[in-house]
Amino acid sequence: MTNNGEVITGIGVGRGLVVGDVRRMPDPLPEPAKTTSSRTADEELHRASKALGETASDLRARGAQAGGLAKEVLDALALMADDSMLLSDAKSRIDSGATAERAVFDAFAGFSATLEAAGGYMAERAGDLGDVANRVIARIMGVSAPGVPHSETPFILVARDLAPADTALLDFDIVRALVTTDGGPTSHTAILAREKGLPAIVGATSANGLADGDTVIVDAGRGEIVVHPTAARIADALADAQSRQMARESATGPGRMADGHEVQLLANVGSAKSAAAAVDAHAEGVGLFRTEFLFLENDSAPAVEVQRAEYAAVFDKFPGQKVVVRVLDAGADKPLSFLTDDGEENPALGRRGIRALLAHENILRAQLTAISQAAAASLAEVWVMAPMIATVEETEIFVGICRELGIHKAGVMIEVPSSAILAKHILEIADFVSIGTNDLTQYTFAADRLLGSVANLQDAWSPAVLRLIREVGLAGELTAKPVGICGEAAADPLLAVVLIGLGVTSLSMSPTALADVRAEISRFTLSEARELAERVLSTRNAADARIAASAVLTQ
Amino acid sequence: MPSRSATIASGHGLHARPAAMFVQAVNDSGLTITIEKDGRQAPAGSILGVISLAINQGDVVTLTSDGDNVDAILDSLVTFLETDHDAG
Repeated sequence: MTNNGEVITGIGVGRGLVVGDVRRMPDPLPEPAKTTSSRTADEELHRASKALGETASDLRARGAQAGGLAKEVLDALALMADDSMLLSDAKSRIDSGATAERAVFDAFAGFSATLEAAGGYMAERAGDLGDVANRVIARIMGVSAPGVPHSETPFILVARDLAPADTALLDFDIVRALVTTDGGPTSHTAILAREKGLPAIVGATSANGLADGDTVIVDAGRGEIVVHPTAARIADALADAQSRQMARESATGPGRMADGHEVQLLANVGSAKSAAAAVDAHAEGVGLFRTEFLFLENDSAPAVEVQRAEYAAVFDKFPGQKVVVRVLDAGADKPLSFLTDDGEENPALGRRGIRALLAHENILRAQLTAISQAAAASLAEVWVMAPMIATVEETEIFVGICRELGIHKAGVMIEVPSSAILAKHILEIADFVSIGTNDLTQYTFAADRLLGSVANLQDAWSPAVLRLIREVGLAGELTAKPVGICGEAAADPLLAVVLIGLGVTSLSMSPTALADVRAEISRFTLSEARELAERVLSTRNAADARIAASAVLTQ
Repeated sequence: MPSRSATIASGHGLHARPAAMFVQAVNDSGLTITIEKDGRQAPAGSILGVISLAINQGDVVTLTSDGDNVDAILDSLVTFLETDHDAG
């Protein structure tokens, strides 16, 4: 139970503040009892097949309504509900006396176990199967299906955690904020909220006591949920939210701290279309121009002229501004038939990024030629960097080729711990570095960033990762060369301040995150950011690092 | 019985999206088709059956159907399996 004015804390995502009424996501269904059915086998089979068919139709109808990627996800779930093997498995259980709900439960559990045993990608599909099973069983039992509640009026969704199947259909005009009791800062819920600019608080254990209809203030900036606030408190909160919103909207200039120290705020873009969004969000340029989109749909590298036109389309949107192009980053989760090797046991540790490019130097040279030509014909200030650099020697080779082909600014990405540790030597050769925090975290913890079962290790607040970033920041100060960040970490407003304190000179992020980061860094001076960074570096883990940083905030 | 072999082209094998598209195509054909890999069989119209065969890129599978005039449909399914649906 919760009391009036009680404050529940968790990890805030974003800086938004919303007042609204709670709707809870129903808890998972209890396991159906293993009792012998009192109905005939035919009756039970009818109950099961009716619920399976209706669930499939329902999923398809919702897919058709949602369209796009959500339709694909929901259609695949519908196929599972409709599955002929599943029905015959359930039928044989019913023939031996099981109830429809128990038979369906066991049949789905059997297939789930097969998928989990297969591991990896397949194991993650087991969650989808569990979701379909719950929908079918709820239908048989005549109870409300688990999943996001339907409502015509806006509400704050409180859930244990949210799976992709839950969020695919979220209507962001109705769901105003997300609160989860489980799940961490890198959970699907947090990533979605960040992407959509939706206020969220994750890991708020005590939110378990909230009930449907409770009025709450969700303050993501403070990581606080105020339960049954007084009218005066609501008025204060809304006034506060409005002033924060105004600060965000008025802060459209370049990134500047409270003492005037400048930090470039750049956007990550992957095509000419996303470049337009970056312009709309007042980015000061592009800190990461991903070029994979040109290659992923092809059997061979596109011709120099084709590439040149695509690069020019992006450069032209940023006259007088910086555009950092990352050469093709293939391998691991982005295999390319003409560049990466098949059948690597461990592709994230295989011949990917610069390793693949140096093995196919003609592809690298063609891309750099196209970039160089497009840059020469454009008003943008074009920089080029290589992904997955692990050694000083790779840096030398890459920078050498860039110079030969007329690239003025050649840098490298720091994503591998070895290059963070040797950053000073690398910066003596390269013109700049940019830290990819997602991969740097993955390689620091030896934890696959796409694997849900080790997602708890994928946290850029970890002092282990931040200490590596400090090495790079110090190297940047020693050599007087720029150190950028282009990764999820730059989009976390408070972490962005910490990163500046570690010596980072530019931050690149998805355009939706720019306004919050711009507003946050303007509240700190550079020396305050350095002090914050020092505190965070001395902690033992990511959770303590967050606490240490937040403690400074509330002082 | 008519049968065909196919080598899987999709980068991530016959999982999720390509599997769903394949099963949908089998069901749309109205035929009873069996898919076999390394001696293990499953109904090709069952997503769970297809996924539990754990079919990866480069694996060879055999499609079999007992119907009449099924050659054209089997051929189109083979073409589907030998296309890389993960590219792009």
